[in-house]
Amino acid sequence: MLTIIDLGLGNINSVHRALKYLKIEHLISNSVEDISRAQKLIFPGVGSFAEASRRLYSSGIAAAIKECVLEKCVPILGICLGMQLLAGSGEEGGVSQGLGLINACVRKLRSEGQGFHLPHIGWNDISFKEQGVFSGIQNRTCFYFVHSYEMILNESDMIKCAVCNYGVDFIAAVKKDNIVGVQFHPEKSREPGLKLLKNFVEGAD
Amino acid sequence: MLRRRVIPVVLLDGYSVVKTIQFNIRRNLGNPITVARIYNTRDVDELILLDIDASKEGRCIDLHTIEEVALECFMPLTVGGGLKTCEDIENVLKKGADKVVLNTAALKNPDIVKKSSLAFGSQCIVVSIDVKKNRDGYGIFSHSGYKTHKDLIEWCKELACLGAGEFLINSVDLDGKMAGYDYGLIEKVAKVVNIPVIACGGASKPDNCSKAIHRGACAVAAASMFHFTEYTPNDCKKAMKTANIPVR
Repeated sequence: MLTIIDLGLGNINSVHRALKYLKIEHLISNSVEDISRAQKLIFPGVGSFAEASRRLYSSGIAAAIKECVLEKCVPILGICLGMQLLAGSGEEGGVSQGLGLINACVRKLRSEGQGFHLPHIGWNDISFKEQGVFSGIQNRTCFYFVHSYEMILNESDMIKCAVCNYGVDFIAAVKKDNIVGVQFHPEKSREPGLKLLKNFVEGAD
Repeated sequence: MLRRRVIPVVLLDGYSVVKTIQFNIRRNLGNPITVARIYNTRDVDELILLDIDASKEGRCIDLHTIEEVALECFMPLTVGGGLKTCEDIENVLKKGADKVVLNTAALKNPDIVKKSSLAFGSQCIVVSIDVKKNRDGYGIFSHSGYKTHKDLIEWCKELACLGAGEFLINSVDLDGKMAGYDYGLIEKVAKVVNIPVIACGGASKPDNCSKAIHRGACAVAAASMFHFTEYTPNDCKKAMKTANIPVR
């Protein structure tokens, strides 16, 4: 079953409604057992990195996700904070540990130094190759972003699959094997966003 | 490039959509769910839903209304009205809100801005400031009747430090007047804080939106213009595009 990981930090309902609209069967859960049994995972998130990290590790969900993704090769889609939590560490709310599924850290958007407002809120266009979760979506389509932090990779740039410009170019999406992360909110990005979710669920590769 | 947003505002008095003039005279405009659906089909950038009586009446915005509005609304939804605690905020986020608006609660207890931005992230916390002109310049007004003597600029700076993610700046004097935004006010606030400012209050035609953006707003919000004129959010975007402002 496709399982939405619920850390109790909001935004769960948006993803739930989008999947319901797309008629995709799914489960929303905060239970380690459900997550361990999942065939696909969506990890949405609104909230601060430190708080999410605390909830991930105190609940045992972190271990369950890592086992699913690394040992059983279960596909995972991280959305916004969920994408950032795929990284090894994050600086929001004090340095704390992420899932470490991607060798990266999460830092304040460098746009701040360029005189750009933070958070980066609103619709911004991204550049990508029309494949994988972006199949059938036109390059430079606008997606909805709401964030103040960005993922900085410590590994090959090859896993970077979409970039967005906000004073600086930052990572809008990453893909590494069965792991996908998007910094924007597909569930809030109208038709193109719904298409992306559908692509992920249908396993477009 | 980041697009500038045009945001319709839907005001509620509990269960019905209302429109005020200078925060006072009201007109009833029907069911919020119907109104929200119309905006949804019009492909708007975002929607703001505010219950303007909630604080005064000591309650929160109706959760069922949020749930219904959010049902087929795959765009950002910003919700406010009577939210006082992190628990209140969590409740509306669970019903489908993406961002919350704090106004009276922030005035009464600024610590909630800090607590909620730590728990949910700054990007989630919009602080709405109702501004009324007075002899000294601009004063802060609270719709719920709460009296404050805070200085506008000091209050904005304080909120930014506490972790507010966006400001919704409303001009009480121009509310519902449809005579254009208070551009001086927008510029004043946008100059002192490094977080996005949403201009609200007074828009009557698409050109007003371009002007507000040029004076420092990151987004423009309006209610009367979309309720009472033939202008749609898309007309505003067309005007903005002509004025070389990036829109979606």
